[in-house]
Amino acid sequence: MDLKEFYEDKKFVHSRIPIVRAAAISVFLILMVGIWNLQLLRNKHYVELAERNRIRSTPLAAPRGKILDRNGQILVDNRPSFTLVVMRDNLPSIENSLDLLATGLKLDKGFLQSQFEKYRNLPSYLPIILKEDINKEDLSFIKSHRLELPGLEEITFPRRSYPERQLAAHLLGYVGEISEKQLASEEFDYSKPGDIVGKAGVERVYNQILTGIDGQKKVVVDSRGKEVAVLDSVEPVVGNDLRLTIDLDIQRAAERAFGDKAGAAIALDPRTGEILALVSRPAFDPNSFASRISKKEWDELINDPKNPMQNRAIQSRFPPGSVFKIFMTIAGLQEGILTADYTDYCTGSTVMYGRVFHCMKKEGHGRVNLNQAIVHSCNVFFYHLGQKLGIDKIAYYAQGMGLGQKTGVDLPGEDTGLMPSSAWKKRVLKADWYAGETISVAIGQGYVSLTPIQTARAFGGLALGGILKTPHTVSYDELGHWRQKPKAEIETRFELNEETVETVTRGLWGVVNEWGTGHRAAVPGFDVCGKTGTSQVVAKDVKISAESKDEFGDNAWFVGFAPRLSAEIAAAVFVEHGGHGGDAAAPIVHEMFQVYYDKKTKSKEPHQLSMTQEEGLPRVN
Amino acid sequence: MFGKLSFYIKDFDWFIFLLALSIAVVGVVEIHSATQYNKGDRFYVKQIYWIILGLIMMVVAMSIDYHTLVENVPYFYVVAVLALISVLIMGHRVSGSKSWISVGGTSAGQPSEFVKIAVVLALARFLCEIRTEYLTAGEILKGSCIVGLPVFLVLLQPDLGSALTFVPIAMVGFFLAGLKPKWIVLFAILSVLVVGLGWYNLKVYQKERIYTFLEPERDPLGAGYHSIQSKIAVGSGGLWGKGIGEGSQTKLGFLPERHTDFIFSVVAEELGFLGAATVLCLYFFIVTRSINIALTARDKLGIYIVLGAVSVILFHILINIGMVVGFMPITGIPLPLLSYGGSSILSTFIFLGLIINVRMRRYVY
Repeated sequence: MDLKEFYEDKKFVHSRIPIVRAAAISVFLILMVGIWNLQLLRNKHYVELAERNRIRSTPLAAPRGKILDRNGQILVDNRPSFTLVVMRDNLPSIENSLDLLATGLKLDKGFLQSQFEKYRNLPSYLPIILKEDINKEDLSFIKSHRLELPGLEEITFPRRSYPERQLAAHLLGYVGEISEKQLASEEFDYSKPGDIVGKAGVERVYNQILTGIDGQKKVVVDSRGKEVAVLDSVEPVVGNDLRLTIDLDIQRAAERAFGDKAGAAIALDPRTGEILALVSRPAFDPNSFASRISKKEWDELINDPKNPMQNRAIQSRFPPGSVFKIFMTIAGLQEGILTADYTDYCTGSTVMYGRVFHCMKKEGHGRVNLNQAIVHSCNVFFYHLGQKLGIDKIAYYAQGMGLGQKTGVDLPGEDTGLMPSSAWKKRVLKADWYAGETISVAIGQGYVSLTPIQTARAFGGLALGGILKTPHTVSYDELGHWRQKPKAEIETRFELNEETVETVTRGLWGVVNEWGTGHRAAVPGFDVCGKTGTSQVVAKDVKISAESKDEFGDNAWFVGFAPRLSAEIAAAVFVEHGGHGGDAAAPIVHEMFQVYYDKKTKSKEPHQLSMTQEEGLPRVN
Repeated sequence: MFGKLSFYIKDFDWFIFLLALSIAVVGVVEIHSATQYNKGDRFYVKQIYWIILGLIMMVVAMSIDYHTLVENVPYFYVVAVLALISVLIMGHRVSGSKSWISVGGTSAGQPSEFVKIAVVLALARFLCEIRTEYLTAGEILKGSCIVGLPVFLVLLQPDLGSALTFVPIAMVGFFLAGLKPKWIVLFAILSVLVVGLGWYNLKVYQKERIYTFLEPERDPLGAGYHSIQSKIAVGSGGLWGKGIGEGSQTKLGFLPERHTDFIFSVVAEELGFLGAATVLCLYFFIVTRSINIALTARDKLGIYIVLGAVSVILFHILINIGMVVGFMPITGIPLPLLSYGGSSILSTFIFLGLIINVRMRRYVY
């Protein structure tokens, strides 16, 4: 067949070619419209999308300010830490290596699986956090397994560090990721989700001062989320350093003196209300909150029967025992029932309202004047005084000295304590006050229970003649520097007669310096005044703590101030089940006062410091 | 001999040759740009080799009188069908379908690209032998079988996209030979039925592609990703483009299959609307030039060959660029002359060679 030889009429086919041409033209027109629409009409929109694809901003967390003691020593610091994350685009290969990851990083495989599961529904640019605060071993493991485990990355993050660990843990508090509740509150209106904020103590109260301004890094990433270049970065602004009124040396002395006993200690300057030391035991280590604390660890802390999270200095109330006798004395003197030469007779016990009330000394103190009653803590003397005063007068003066009320300290969760009165009993217990109950209150038992901080403030206030300065951890100067105002009134006044102050102070001096119950608190040359207290453990407590022999012991108190004539430091120490106040609590106050006194005398003689430093070396000058 | 050479120089279509070469050069530049951060294969160098080989094939395809080629078309057709069958038996899978033949362990190409050439020639021969205006039912059936056998074999791979590229050959061929309106209506009804029935036989990934085409944002990181990223690349190119090698979508790897199926996205992103429109115009000139060649062809056979080749090239352009700008679903159909790939480059140059072949023999000597 020779195809060339056909006679053909091409007219018909030719007539159809223009239609093919029209079809071709319309194809090109459609496509032209397509690129016109995308590139010219909607260019802006797509440029934005392309930028969003390309550019990722990551926050650079600002380190919080340091927390310093009154002399500038560091209490809370920051340290850089590495968090190990995995970029999600490399998931499949890494998910097959979970065993290697688990053994290499000493992690639970189940935890890893749940972590991968948790992130499955979250946006893919969020890296999965595998391990926080990784150590050198982890780092070298990652470096040596880069090829098998693609997508692993270390992110630096400033982490809160508490170099003194449990020291002043309750006062300093701890930090954590902001909670929903905190976010909703006005207090944290400057925070955003994911922020690390103070959760307790000073960290929380002064969060705003301590918080820095987060920076931001704009980076170019590729489609796998890998950082290709840094476009722009705004460096974070470190938070302000906050100077506390705490004196690290006094704090250390108190912590050391406490040993492993439970209880609380607080020392403050009665002239200003500045807190010099605050101890609560048992304590916790705030470092463990600095990284995401595990649920198990948290539950252990919260459910610990010893309650290590409780700040016993301000959040717990205890029967004051004989410490309360000082407030009885104040009431008696102010009311004119007592005078300096008033005497009573102690036979070792007394019968009142058909019940026998015992003194501490079985054989009795014999004839005692007011001073002897305080120095030797004679119960019978105060039973009779209590009967004469009646509960409501006692309550009036005790409340005047700030008992049963919050002090207004700048720490969260302060307890009121309880100073009972007949009106209180009617209101709360819906019952009348029995006169017999006054007798228990007279020696600091029964309903009365106080927080260590209000007791310390009251003693300091007594020394100043009735001026009760509000305790605080940040000086008003420092607060002013950060343009903040104190949240509470700076003082309350409850004027006491000069003779009252003189007489009570004389008694308190005797307790320490005349071989009274508190002689172990004495600091030679410093005229320490104070009162011991020993309160019986309430019967209901016995059941809970039956496991430990310790916990049957009496609670020990010592509250005092020094020096006698112009008080500079006041302190309250409470030792749970410590036994007698004079044995368990007074030595702790002694330690704090001794350190204070040593520092004070040293600073007056500046040479002494250099002498001790150069001990054994011949002095040149 | 000298006369022969002057015939080549005088009647060779320099216009189409230069248009095609410019597109191919743009392709090489943009393939280089799209793969500059790839390790291993240097695709643009390979593409240059393919283009050189393609030009040689083009010269071969235009040198042998198309009448001679068509005389031998039964052999081509049988070889083509056997090649498709061999793909089904021993081809290896590339992204879900068996459409590649491997020789000695390396991919040697997609035979379906070359099968189209045989089908164009076979259909041209069949249609030019028909003397009457308008096709009869029997003729339509026979013609459909010529195209339908390879389509069926390609569908078995299964490669829906490639199978579809055969359809315009038949459509254009039948249309030129004359289709009565009732047949057009029948084809319309039939295609609706095929689409309906075919839906149930689609693989999950194929259905997914169609869903995603209709609404890419429903799965922006999954199946819709390609379409969205391609539109972002094209759209963000703007009027002037981001510059060669500067396309962020390309460079940072957001654009998938960027040196093959989505090469036009790269062009649009880096060269902007001006570049993309220029490339579109180059294609347009090739197509209109070819249609003019069909008008001046010596015989109906020439017309059928040229317009068969045009229909294949045009359909590829429509599907590929339509996909890039989001008008068409995602299919693995390359863009002639621009996409990286040996089979596509070679078959396109052979088609262009056939078109030039017809032009060179437009006069009866």
